[in-house]
Amino acid sequence: MAGPSIDALGQFRLTTGLGPIGHAVNFTNSNEMMVVAAGIIIVLFALGLRARAVVPGRLQSLVEMIYEFVRNMCVDTIGPEGVKFFPLVFTLFSFILLGNLLGLFPYFFAFTSGIVVTLTLAIFVFLFSTGVGFYVHGFRFLKFFVPDGVPGWLLPLLVPIEIISYLSRPVSLSVRLFANMTAGHVMLEVFAGFMILLTASLGIFGAVASIVPLGLNVALMGLEVLVAFLQAYVFAILTCLYLHDAVHMH
Amino acid sequence: MSGGEGNESFEQRLAKARGSAGMDRPPSSGKPPDNSNSNAIRLAMRLGIELVAALVIAVVIGWGLDRLFHTRPWLMIAFVPIGAAAGIRNLIRAVGPGDKS
Repeated sequence: MAGPSIDALGQFRLTTGLGPIGHAVNFTNSNEMMVVAAGIIIVLFALGLRARAVVPGRLQSLVEMIYEFVRNMCVDTIGPEGVKFFPLVFTLFSFILLGNLLGLFPYFFAFTSGIVVTLTLAIFVFLFSTGVGFYVHGFRFLKFFVPDGVPGWLLPLLVPIEIISYLSRPVSLSVRLFANMTAGHVMLEVFAGFMILLTASLGIFGAVASIVPLGLNVALMGLEVLVAFLQAYVFAILTCLYLHDAVHMH
Repeated sequence: MSGGEGNESFEQRLAKARGSAGMDRPPSSGKPPDNSNSNAIRLAMRLGIELVAALVIAVVIGWGLDRLFHTRPWLMIAFVPIGAAAGIRNLIRAVGPGDKS
């Protein structure tokens, strides 16, 4: 068909940003959005916390709400030691949340829909929590892979299971975020493509009928906002859980 | 419910066994806000991937060991049930009582 067709995956194509300089150093549109996300977080917090009012204004309460939300998550999940890991968890949460939300704007690139980005974050979390485990417990951390109260002859079977279960953490952590974001964006694009196809093939009747995919897209957009928050939350809370395991070993 | 005491001691023993098996969070840690609807969505999104991820890792390990030792299909085959078991273990961790996240 020579007419318009749906290119649902074209939106994930990496191009280079920042003109010839960006082209020379392979500064991609994904990197561009990361810088924008980080910049927005920093500016938001700098502006929000400038007033330091006892009775916070709108921006300050927003900033304080995010702060307390993540802090409570850390302390509830990891325990009192969680405060030490607050900066890490907060950085991950706000970065992923901003990435997810920015990706919803037209013409913006959703960098969390790249498996490279999410896998890098997940591997970092995995190595960090493993490092914390060895730092806190020394080599006794290896007992993490030996379940208590199990007859000795079962251990050769159970230890590989525990190790594989542990190694699967970065995979499930990264694939979850990547899959949710990619699936959402593909769905949005496919339904938007239906509108063009309908109008192109059925003329005025198609234009009227394309109200249906438009309405679906509006609903999907709401769902995507929910998913954006949810996935950032899930990533952060799983980071907390892994740190909990590393600190408390159970 | 006639045997209230018997029930309780059984619950206690169960909790103890689960605690030592690493299936429970300590009850001292504060409860996260129970928003059952969003919890269910979050859980549903999590489970499928948990199950598959362990299997994928196991197959990759088996495949890599096969390449290393030139034992083509056998180690991969051996690692598949282990990976499946690890996936189930992940599921138990994810949905097990006490761990609501």
